Amino acid sequence: MLASYLTMAAILFCIGLYGALVKRNAVIVLLSIELMLNAVNLNLVAFSKYGVVPSINGQIFALFTITVAAAEAAVGVAVLIALFRARGTIKTDEFDELRR
Amino acid sequence: MFDIEFNGEFAAFFVFAVLMIAGAVLMVSFTKVVHMVLSMAAVFLGAAGMFVLLEAEFLAFVQVLIYAGAVSILMIFGIMMTNHSDSRAETIKPLKETLAAVGAIALFGLLFYAIRDADFEGLDGGTPAQTTDNTLAIGQALFHNHVLPFELVSVLLTVAFIGAIALAKKEA
Repeated sequence: MLASYLTMAAILFCIGLYGALVKRNAVIVLLSIELMLNAVNLNLVAFSKYGVVPSINGQIFALFTITVAAAEAAVGVAVLIALFRARGTIKTDEFDELRR
Repeated sequence: MFDIEFNGEFAAFFVFAVLMIAGAVLMVSFTKVVHMVLSMAAVFLGAAGMFVLLEAEFLAFVQVLIYAGAVSILMIFGIMMTNHSDSRAETIKPLKETLAAVGAIALFGLLFYAIRDADFEGLDGGTPAQTTDNTLAIGQALFHNHVLPFELVSVLLTVAFIGAIALAKKEA
């Protein structure tokens, strides 16, 4: 079963990566990053049950990942709202000041 | 292939896997942003189901509360407060999209090859110790072996909370 879970997590991670690279709405980019973090959580929990040394530590790591991801989402949305107030858009390709 | 025996766990895994992959693919392909967030909620619920299959009931509950609840609602709030005039046509960049798709598929191919190649013989799920009460086991591990990270994470949450308020304040 371990290989199935790992493949599942790889599929989710790659879809998340594609979304984060392609999508131009910054909220959806944040969401894609959450998807990638979720794939990593799945791996951690799968190894916590099926690993060489089954241990509760995998679940603890997943718990910390979830916490940090939640903090990241909150700050990310706050930054987006501030950006939207300043620039009137959240399209990622319109924030290119440093490239000019 | 995967040497899978068709038991109840595999059936449940299959259902959750279909739910998650369908949600993720729809998230990438929908055009309306709110629909994307809703399909992501399906992915989060599927992940919670997989955590139950992996005997991590506490994590499954946390997943439903934090991801399917808080993060989804937060994202919908973000969309409502920023997306006024999204009716403009998306200018598509075919080259960038193709490159991203090729890169993602190449990464998946690499990961899939590594997973197929790895030797998982004999790893048939020795359950983590103290399986009777998952929450009790997590609590004991958290407060015996991981006290410092736990406190650090509480500080991080406070900082993120105050920082989010300061960033999103009107006259910031």
